[in-house]
Amino acid sequence: MRAAVRLFGAPLLGALLLAAFAPAKAADDYDPWPGLVQDIFNNRPMNDGADVLAIEMPARAEDASLVPVTLRSKLSPADTRRIKAITLVIDKNPAPMAAKFTLGQDANVTAISTRVRVNNYTDVHAVAELSDGQLYVTKIYVKASGGCSAPAAKNPEEAAAHIGQMRYRQFAQASDGAMSGAREAQVMIGHPNNSGLQMDQLTQLYIPAFFIDELKLSQDGSLVLAMEGGISISEDPNIRFTYIPNGAKHFEAEAKDTQGHVFQHEWPVDGSGT
Amino acid sequence: MTPRALFLVLLLMLVPPCLGGQPQELEVSEIAPGVFVHLGQIALMTRDNEGDIANLGFIVGNDAVAVIDTGGSVREGRQLLAAIRSRTDKPIRYVINTHAHPDHLFGNAAFEQAGTIFVGARNLPRALATRGPHYIEAFRQIMGAELIDEVRLVPPSLLVDESLTLDLGGRALVLQAWPAAHSDCDLTVYDARSRTLFAGDLVFVSHIPVMDGSLRGWRDLLDRLAAVPAQRVVPGHGPLGAWPAALDDERRYLDTLAGDIRRMIAQGRPITEAANSAAASERSKWQLFDDYNARNATAAFSEMEWE
Repeated sequence: MRAAVRLFGAPLLGALLLAAFAPAKAADDYDPWPGLVQDIFNNRPMNDGADVLAIEMPARAEDASLVPVTLRSKLSPADTRRIKAITLVIDKNPAPMAAKFTLGQDANVTAISTRVRVNNYTDVHAVAELSDGQLYVTKIYVKASGGCSAPAAKNPEEAAAHIGQMRYRQFAQASDGAMSGAREAQVMIGHPNNSGLQMDQLTQLYIPAFFIDELKLSQDGSLVLAMEGGISISEDPNIRFTYIPNGAKHFEAEAKDTQGHVFQHEWPVDGSGT
Repeated sequence: MTPRALFLVLLLMLVPPCLGGQPQELEVSEIAPGVFVHLGQIALMTRDNEGDIANLGFIVGNDAVAVIDTGGSVREGRQLLAAIRSRTDKPIRYVINTHAHPDHLFGNAAFEQAGTIFVGARNLPRALATRGPHYIEAFRQIMGAELIDEVRLVPPSLLVDESLTLDLGGRALVLQAWPAAHSDCDLTVYDARSRTLFAGDLVFVSHIPVMDGSLRGWRDLLDRLAAVPAQRVVPGHGPLGAWPAALDDERRYLDTLAGDIRRMIAQGRPITEAANSAAASERSKWQLFDDYNARNATAAFSEMEWE
């Protein structure tokens, strides 16, 4: 929770809101990244991360509410360093820090895919913290969607109907799985992940934010992947990842949201998914 | 005419209409007695087309007029108003918004006056609240401040829960609100006298259907929609069509998209692959396919993986 409080602390939120609602022209010229390095990373030095990780996103955010993003490790198996955490930042979103992923020490997570909201034409940065204690950054530019899409729910009734539902799916082994023993799996959580930045026209009050802020995935109690999320994660948070199974019999997920709900589920590893 | 007068007339013809006192009239045609339609361009909203991409209409009864959608800018809305005023003096009693998308209601402000009631589906105010500010910001960047600064989100004061009949004087309009389909606040208007269905964006002709609500919901309501005893349909985008035959292409597209997406989900394919390849067999059959198909596929994938 500490990170979430820091993320949405009043001074930072105020600054971010100002950035979000500043006139478009100013927003176009303004590069928020230096300020974000200060706010999110405490001005720690950033090394070039081109050889450490890649961000894959479509060049255009086809649907502002749902833009697929994949973070992929580029470290060679021979590298003695490992990725401890990856922070995903969507620079010009109202809440730029989309997610911080903590990678389990023994799970060897090499790819993480999720879906995010993209409000504007923006740089997207991924910052990896390696076991050498250094930060490595890489970035990609994404054009905003045109047309009628908006970073809001398409079908709020449906979203409310499956709140708290969790699904786990195990896919066929990753392409190099036969050699490495890697497995690809996915966890879905039904949740509206409301941004809270929208004003109710009748009451003139902002709709309170309501989102998953913590998600922890483990195999028999050993951490595979944890996520501290914000409102830039799309409705129905969906994480697909590649990891090395440890022979565990169960896969567990625990999610918490900003209203204090805790959603927990576990699935037998064998016999589920494809 | 003296040469001098002729010169003045020619000079006036050179002045762009927007600089004149009276707004230019939007081009409309009377498709049935008292039923007027403007066909928008099949395009995305741009500064050049001033947001004029959706089909708009108005219906004149014995006592009053109802407007169906107001266009993608206040400028277009004023041009629609001018077209109405050159055809009838009857008061505009209703402005009906078929849903919350900007190309259909950014012109609302042109119609705000005492005695005009804005009408929408029950969910329209929520959609305006959650999406409206984003639309204004996004389209300010695309269309420019001059066109967008005057846009105001005018929420409906008369809500349609399920269905509602409006009387224009000897002319009943049946309004129907639908479950989430194209969007989460779709509303259709049926003029029984001319047997004309204004379908909003529940019906696309030639223009690729755009899904911003629920693919399954949309597919599920097509049979009910087809049962409306209309002779012709005014789609939200594209040319007028005979009813219900005008639904055939859209039904085929939605079925193809749903079938492709279901298969990819079953095979464990990632969402990015769906965006690139679902419904590829439909590419040659629609205008603006590459502008919208990937987003339809992305949205459909995220809906159907919960099946």
